Amino acid sequence: MSAPSTYEAVIGLEVHAQLLTRTKMFCGCSTAFGAAPNTQTCPVCQGMPGTLPVINRRAVEFGIKTALAIGCAPNALNRFARKHYYYPDMPKNYQISQYEEPLAVHGRLDIEVGGAARTVGIERLHLEEDVGKLIHEGALESAQSSNVDFNRAGVPLMEIVSKPDLRSSEEAAAYLKALRAIVIYLGVCDGNMEEGSLRCDANISLRKRGATEFGTKVEIKNMNSFRNVQHALEYEITRQTRALDAGERIVQETRLWDPDKSVTVSMRSKEFAHDYRYFPEPDLTPLGVEATWVDEIRATLPELPAARRRRFIEAYGLSPYEADLLTQSRALADYFEEASEGFPKPKVVANWVLNELLREVPGDDEKALAACRIRPAHLVGLLTLIEDGTISGKIAKDVFEKMYRSGETAQAIVSREGLTQVLDEDILRRAVDQVLREHAKVVEDYKNGKKAARGFLVGQVMKSTQGKGNPAAVNRLLDEKLPKV
Amino acid sequence: MAEPKISLKDVEHVARLARLELSEADKERMRRELDSILSYIDKLRALDTEGVEPTAHAIPMTNVMRDDMPRPSLPQEDMLANAPERSGEFFRVPRIIEE
Amino acid sequence: MLASLTVHELGARFRRGEATPSQAAQAYLERIDALDPQVRAYLTVTREEALKQAAAADLRFKSATPLGPLDGVPIGLKDVLCTRGIRTTCGSKILETFVPPYDATVVARLREAGAVVLGKLNMDEFAMGSSTENSAYFSTRNPWDLARVPGGSSGGSAAAVSADLAAATLGTDTGGSIRQPAAFCGNVGLKPTYGRVSRYGLIAFASSLDQIGPFGKDVEDAALMLRAIAGHDPLDSTSVDVPVPDYAAELGKGIAGLTLGVPAEYFIEGMDPEVKAATRAAIAALEKLGARTQPVSLPHTEYGLAAYYLIAPAECSSNLARYDGVKYGLRAPKARNIVDMYSKTRAQGFGREVKRRVMLGTYALSAGYYDAYYGKAQRVRTLVRRDFQQAFERVDLIVAPTTPNVAFKMGEKEDPLQMYLNDVFTIPVNLAGLPGLSVPAGFTRTGLPIGLQLIGRPFEEATLLRAAHAYERATEWHKRKPALP
Repeated sequence: MSAPSTYEAVIGLEVHAQLLTRTKMFCGCSTAFGAAPNTQTCPVCQGMPGTLPVINRRAVEFGIKTALAIGCAPNALNRFARKHYYYPDMPKNYQISQYEEPLAVHGRLDIEVGGAARTVGIERLHLEEDVGKLIHEGALESAQSSNVDFNRAGVPLMEIVSKPDLRSSEEAAAYLKALRAIVIYLGVCDGNMEEGSLRCDANISLRKRGATEFGTKVEIKNMNSFRNVQHALEYEITRQTRALDAGERIVQETRLWDPDKSVTVSMRSKEFAHDYRYFPEPDLTPLGVEATWVDEIRATLPELPAARRRRFIEAYGLSPYEADLLTQSRALADYFEEASEGFPKPKVVANWVLNELLREVPGDDEKALAACRIRPAHLVGLLTLIEDGTISGKIAKDVFEKMYRSGETAQAIVSREGLTQVLDEDILRRAVDQVLREHAKVVEDYKNGKKAARGFLVGQVMKSTQGKGNPAAVNRLLDEKLPKV
Repeated sequence: MAEPKISLKDVEHVARLARLELSEADKERMRRELDSILSYIDKLRALDTEGVEPTAHAIPMTNVMRDDMPRPSLPQEDMLANAPERSGEFFRVPRIIEE
Repeated sequence: MLASLTVHELGARFRRGEATPSQAAQAYLERIDALDPQVRAYLTVTREEALKQAAAADLRFKSATPLGPLDGVPIGLKDVLCTRGIRTTCGSKILETFVPPYDATVVARLREAGAVVLGKLNMDEFAMGSSTENSAYFSTRNPWDLARVPGGSSGGSAAAVSADLAAATLGTDTGGSIRQPAAFCGNVGLKPTYGRVSRYGLIAFASSLDQIGPFGKDVEDAALMLRAIAGHDPLDSTSVDVPVPDYAAELGKGIAGLTLGVPAEYFIEGMDPEVKAATRAAIAALEKLGARTQPVSLPHTEYGLAAYYLIAPAECSSNLARYDGVKYGLRAPKARNIVDMYSKTRAQGFGREVKRRVMLGTYALSAGYYDAYYGKAQRVRTLVRRDFQQAFERVDLIVAPTTPNVAFKMGEKEDPLQMYLNDVFTIPVNLAGLPGLSVPAGFTRTGLPIGLQLIGRPFEEATLLRAAHAYERATEWHKRKPALP
């Protein structure tokens, strides 16, 4: 296989985000997840004869909001269009989407890969309706029949198409992460890739480095996580490189990523170029998006992930790694800032949030964070107890867990369980003396060079104080006494 | 005779797009009829429509939208009642992948 | 005889206690039993339902709390309108078993007004046709000559009114399907302004052209029916929020001072000379009643037909994509796979005319042809609209023949193109979205009805009805009834 620098990968990503509206794009059915099949449908979203769509204003707002967050200009006029193809999950055998006049065009997203910053262009953002769910009786290849559930049909989707500016699988993953963080921050999508509320398809082609024309592009589908996106693209680059080196032509097709076998597989389909027969949707009016509406929406934009991340590094002195993790969702970033306000040692707060809190709660789950029993004020309370020496850091970790389960304050738990740290040097000195007496053999080992024996002795002292001995003092006293034994 | 506007191949292609099975006899008849209609329609070409906006809506309106307020969905039974074939709570369809 | 009365006469009898809705329903049902085997207007008669509704109306009149002028009035509905729990076929085999779980908005409004639904009326399949010979079930006969067509696609609706098989009916008009049958059957048929009446529940043929409208034994009946169904509907994004006048109250205002335009392009070679003569006589009568007339020109009239036969099939090919055997209606048995099922179902379920238009429409929208066909037709449509706009700057109404000839014999027009030419005077009105009506304007020597068409500005149905009413009062064509055995 030729050296990696012979070919350049040209990648574009198409992301579909399910919008967090209460109702579907064109009817009043609920979008809630998990209902029994075909119970969240009506004549409109099932495409019954005689029905008509009506646009959900909030979906349009969410689209405009997202467009602004990714630097896209909302079009003064946008229009819905019918996209025709036959498939059993399509109630009308056309999807109401947008074609020549989408909601917004020409934006950009800044990403960082391996320390290098890049700007990725965004071609367009538009709205459309989701399709139903097919459950095949067995594998798709061999299934003799399939079952259709239309609950999902009609759920609002926002499609964001990047320009083919990405040049590596890492960049693709970084772009996807950044875009996901934004839609989560805006509250327009929950970003759940496993459940399918955020989906990603890729278009990838290779060309000789230095060439300006595009190679034949292949569409890749079924990548439902960042890792899968990265691996699938890596595989494709390898596959296409091998083919080109062998003088083969790349077939323009759609391939599915198989995460079990770690390969992309060609989708057998006779219609390799769909004729969607787009025309403007006659049942809907065009949407005139006025500057006043855009301004109203712009005023509701929160501080976006990239800006917040930068501020966390500068204002709080956090590392880029810490800032990345803390800004993965608005809820987590808010949590951190609120806690830091009450306990102005951001590094300490960051440490506890990233290590202890995230052990219990996913950092990008806004709902779970809002419901978490340890509120920022509670964390502040715990950290204060460590700071003023009431408890040791080790004990504090246990207390944290208890706080998470019970919702009590740190103070309440410490008081009730008598976890206050032993600072009294007399008590500690006596404990140390006792341990040194009882474990003379170990002391002997230590003096003979077995360094690990010291750890054992420390452990014994802590045990005799029910873990409440102040570690610093215990160590100091041990160090004082050991040489004298 | 004027050149035919639509060929048999065109008819087959369009029938596939429209998911309409046509017999050989149907295809030829359809070709003739469509040809005659398309020839009639051809008179439109003579009209100069340079700079004329297409009419998407006869009575122009914009910005008709609704609030994001839930309306009750129809009961599952109502929605499945017309199903030609069902499997419990689902609509059942035959094999999707062609041979 | 109750069944020969108009809606307003019937209403007066109900209010005076001289007759009851049950008696009226009974009278119509008996007449349907006796005569419909020959006229064949009805696809479905809902006898039990009708008698139940009539009984409820009886009680309201007894307690002097009638719902309005339509309370207890027996009506028929074109089988293109969804009626909850009542089979709705669109005159097609593909929907032979379809029972909608919801009512069209117009049906709900008529029910709220207390109207009694006698049943569903025959039509050309999916509203495509001008003779009702395209119904998959049987052909409806013209009550004036049972060997002739009643017109189409609302043939059943027109025939039912002429034969006193319903007090009034609803039909739909996409290219003339109310006005042309009204002319052929000698009654009043009105197509409202596009957007005047909700299309929710109207099984779509051509979304940008379809409108629902009434057939009446006289102008006042049409006015009463229109009032009951017109008005904004939040479920139809193309319905316009404009107040609904009390059309019946405006009727007696006369036409003195109105200017009528007479379009040169509507008096063509090859049209029936008796139709020409009747139209001229009608214009003279209108002048005698105080209207001024002046010639107008609608130069793009001849292109209207061609544009229509691109736009309507294109939209229909899209609207009919949903008939695929998955969720409702016919499913072809023994299909090898889903594509086979789609293709066989549609081949078996659609009639010849529908297939033709689906093919034509699919072709017009397909890759490479959009601009030349659909795109071009929509621009020509603008030119047709402009013709009318310009004419209406000088005149208040346009008066013309409804059709170039009168009811033809069944089976006479085999060539599709010949059939399409029937609609040459009605189509431009749909393209422009204007209101139009046909009012009886005489008979041929052999006793076949001739219709006069009046066309108005958007939302000026009141003016149309006023003029038609004045003409009707002066001529009394509407009082003649067909001689049925």
